[in-house]
Amino acid sequence: RQGSGKKMEDTFSILYFQKNGISNGTLYKKTFIEHFEQAPMYVAVLTFLGFGVGTVFGYLRDFMRAWGLEKRNVATEREQQKDFVPLYQDFENFYTRNLYMRIRDNWNRPICSVPGPQFDLMERVTDDYNWTFRFTGRTIKNVINMGSYNYLGFAETDVNALKTVTIELQKYGTGICSTRQEMGTLDKHIELEKLVANFLGVEDAMVFGMGFATNSMNIPALVGKGCLILSDELNHTSLVLGARLSGATIRIFKHNNMQSLEKLLRDAIIYGQPRSRRAWRKIIILVEGIYSMEGSIVRLPEIVSLKKKYKAYLYLDEAHSIGAVGATGRGVVEYFGMSPDDVDVLMGTFTKSFGAAGGYIAGRKDLVDFLRTHSHSAVYATSMCPPVAEQIIRAMKCLMGLDGTTQGLQRVRQLGKNTRYFRRRLHEMGFIIYGNDDSPVVPLLLYMPGKIGAFARRMLEKNIGVVVVGFPATPITESRARFCVSAAHTREMLNTVLNALDELGDFLQLKYSRYSKSSHPELYEETRLELED
Amino acid sequence: MAAAGAGQQWVLVEMVQAFYEAPAYHLILEGILILWIIRLLFSKTYKLQERSDLTLKEKEELIEEWQPEPLVPPVPKDHPALNYNIVSGPPTHIITVNGKECINFASFNFLGLLDNEKVKSAAQASLKKYGVGTCGPRGFYGTFDVHLELEERLAKFMRTEEAIIYSYGFATIASAIPAYSKRGDIVFVDEAACFAIQKGLQASRSNIKLFKHNDMADLERLLKEQETEDQKNPRKARVTRRFMVVEGLYMNTGDICPLPELIKLKYKYKVRIFLEESLSFGVLGEHGRGITEHFGINIDDIDLISANMENSLASIGGFCCGRSFIIDHQRLSGQGYCFSASLPPLLAAAAIEALNIMEDNPDIFQTLRAKCERIHKALQGISGLKVVGESFSPALHLQLEESSGSRENDVKLLKRVVDYCMNSGIALTQARYLEKEEKCLPPPSIRVVITVEQTEQELDKAASLLKEAAQSVLN
Repeated sequence: RQGSGKKMEDTFSILYFQKNGISNGTLYKKTFIEHFEQAPMYVAVLTFLGFGVGTVFGYLRDFMRAWGLEKRNVATEREQQKDFVPLYQDFENFYTRNLYMRIRDNWNRPICSVPGPQFDLMERVTDDYNWTFRFTGRTIKNVINMGSYNYLGFAETDVNALKTVTIELQKYGTGICSTRQEMGTLDKHIELEKLVANFLGVEDAMVFGMGFATNSMNIPALVGKGCLILSDELNHTSLVLGARLSGATIRIFKHNNMQSLEKLLRDAIIYGQPRSRRAWRKIIILVEGIYSMEGSIVRLPEIVSLKKKYKAYLYLDEAHSIGAVGATGRGVVEYFGMSPDDVDVLMGTFTKSFGAAGGYIAGRKDLVDFLRTHSHSAVYATSMCPPVAEQIIRAMKCLMGLDGTTQGLQRVRQLGKNTRYFRRRLHEMGFIIYGNDDSPVVPLLLYMPGKIGAFARRMLEKNIGVVVVGFPATPITESRARFCVSAAHTREMLNTVLNALDELGDFLQLKYSRYSKSSHPELYEETRLELED
Repeated sequence: MAAAGAGQQWVLVEMVQAFYEAPAYHLILEGILILWIIRLLFSKTYKLQERSDLTLKEKEELIEEWQPEPLVPPVPKDHPALNYNIVSGPPTHIITVNGKECINFASFNFLGLLDNEKVKSAAQASLKKYGVGTCGPRGFYGTFDVHLELEERLAKFMRTEEAIIYSYGFATIASAIPAYSKRGDIVFVDEAACFAIQKGLQASRSNIKLFKHNDMADLERLLKEQETEDQKNPRKARVTRRFMVVEGLYMNTGDICPLPELIKLKYKYKVRIFLEESLSFGVLGEHGRGITEHFGINIDDIDLISANMENSLASIGGFCCGRSFIIDHQRLSGQGYCFSASLPPLLAAAAIEALNIMEDNPDIFQTLRAKCERIHKALQGISGLKVVGESFSPALHLQLEESSGSRENDVKLLKRVVDYCMNSGIALTQARYLEKEEKCLPPPSIRVVITVEQTEQELDKAASLLKEAAQSVLN
């Protein structure tokens, strides 16, 4: 059964393709299971009600503040500039002032240790309902970290692991003070670029100092006016910014929906540019490997076959998937058993799986040569710092096995095991989880705005740090908690988290799923999905 | 009255009678016409010139025939920017470029903090404690205590209420501008603004008005024009925000903006000022606080100061500082802040240590200024090359006195000068631009960067070498 994105009914995308090719061909070499269950109707009603109550109280508070009945806690404009045009419109900040401010203590939590599987949080309290915070000076130790993007566990302070980084830091220092094209290309960058190209199995690669900037500064170099960008609905802000800065026409297709994409491609080629009917200069498809808010994996085989049929180009942003999926950690291309030549532009970041900072673009040599000469980052922005480059080199060598150990492979396998275990247990407990069964990003749906704050605060009381997201990062009715499973998490840590979630799920009534498996699978021969009707 | 009423009734009765007496075909025709009108009223609008008359076969043919451009155009092998200078080892005062040891006149290491031992040991300590990366954006456990400390220190140093850190210098001003200026707002920007500012303006989708470089009369003219526009439409004017974006020390021309006049214009025409101080932070002013200290202006008069930490502080990243009213907004709407991983803690620790050094040794700024003056004087009078930049600017440009007519040839000539100098032990570079993307492309030039580590002999050597090179290449 093939499903599409979230619609009126629950969608389970289960794509079965056997090796000898039946009906839909041999595009997918293994099962691809994604879940996007819809919550019962009463949940949506209560969510809107929750926002409604919050809004009403917001108007009330604004009224009281305007009439001096309540103290104003916001910073205000200077006296000398009171007659300038106001910098912010009142209604723009309504949501921030009245809804976000109430639960603001769940974000920007400062930590004071390495962001490994456990970390130390600085305790902070608020005396005036989240308008200001102060630190008590105490630290909350050994909080289990379910929020940092530490998929392979390379965020570590082990002296042996960081030996080469320490040496390079002593040799090079921390600054570069120049751009790539001027005096900022060090031998370290050349070494790193060769290694990245080797790792991905492509001809050449180029590295940049910031992951966000890699997208926003290179997409405008690749496309311009007269080109068409087909971008997924849920693409990251950096891709959207890069697409807008390029000046090309942007059309959005529904999330991971191949019919929508094909229709857009056909219409683009048949009807050409709007009004002038000229042919498009080129068409580029922007997708991500793993979508960080949904946990879904891109349908790469179908997109590649579409791209080949319609002669479009594919730009794949593997920020979350490089190192995290695939048998040896080489990303979604390896996960689907495809060749890296199928993707025109392979982009990724080093922040998530490699515990460093920066981004890369890899592909054919002519693409990378073009970027060396025309990328905005190469001409105007500082290059990557050498100790950070060394961290990436040592992490990548570990992954590839070049350091003589199998530690890299072990980490990838451990991540896979942890991911599958975590997701399976959450399904059994009855939570609604989005995304692919193999993606280490696990969004757990909370829906109601009140539960966002309650969930994060109570998990912290149990010494577990989670990330919660609400509007505007997600649709208004679908607030969620997002877990990032790491290879460094031990089974005990995951069990602690799962038990806490079980308790909290019952307390906050978060177990919305209608398809929960039994919580005692060992009593059955094989686990089966129990559908109610 | 009764007669009129009776008259009306009489008409009605007549109508009904006529209805009964009409022939059948007449009624049917009228009925059909009424139904047709109802259908036309409710059907969709008719699209003109729709190629919906194409058959499926024709559509397939169109798809077959369409040929896109290649993803990237081929780059010629001798493209001037393709072959980078490769530096072996750290880009310190003595730099090894392409295998040859030279004195570094090309890296923006103004205060020589790149290989300072104290900075390195602070970074090492941070590495031991935090590892390398932060594995998350500021909102999701990516805020470390070093970030908070650095923000406090920067705010205290610059004497503002608050500061905010970005993890990349380019992204700082490019995220700050679109956070405040939206579609419909007006921004007055200098022609010689750097590329990061241009990208920030492009992302903001506001109306951009360029004024001639450092020309206050031109700016005032534009402001007056805007004022007359406002009087025509006062309702719109009341919600249109206005901003002015200038740099403290311009990267492209090496001179400073006339800040006192700009402040006067700010209050006269009610325009907010955003000041970009990447080159002037740690260079100008008695304590290195930048151009506001240089001119003795109250820092609260500037709405936002943005700088990057990649020049004087020899780290990576950037910061914005100003009043809390302004800076706090970026914590939720600065794209490079909210959607990107935070600065690695070792770089933040290095920046804090560099700030400590700056605060403890305020005389390095005077030393640097003296060296700049020295080389500025020594470079005057080179035949064929003219010096562009203020005498106290540590980043100068050397442009050709007379252009050969084509930019390509100018670039080639300057390359020969640079190669001559590199072969004799002075590392220089040409200033690089994206020729097709810049709004106002500066002429080709050689960048000369003065750092506090260069000795007087080295400065004199560089000047004399440049004279020689110009002689041999340009004459």
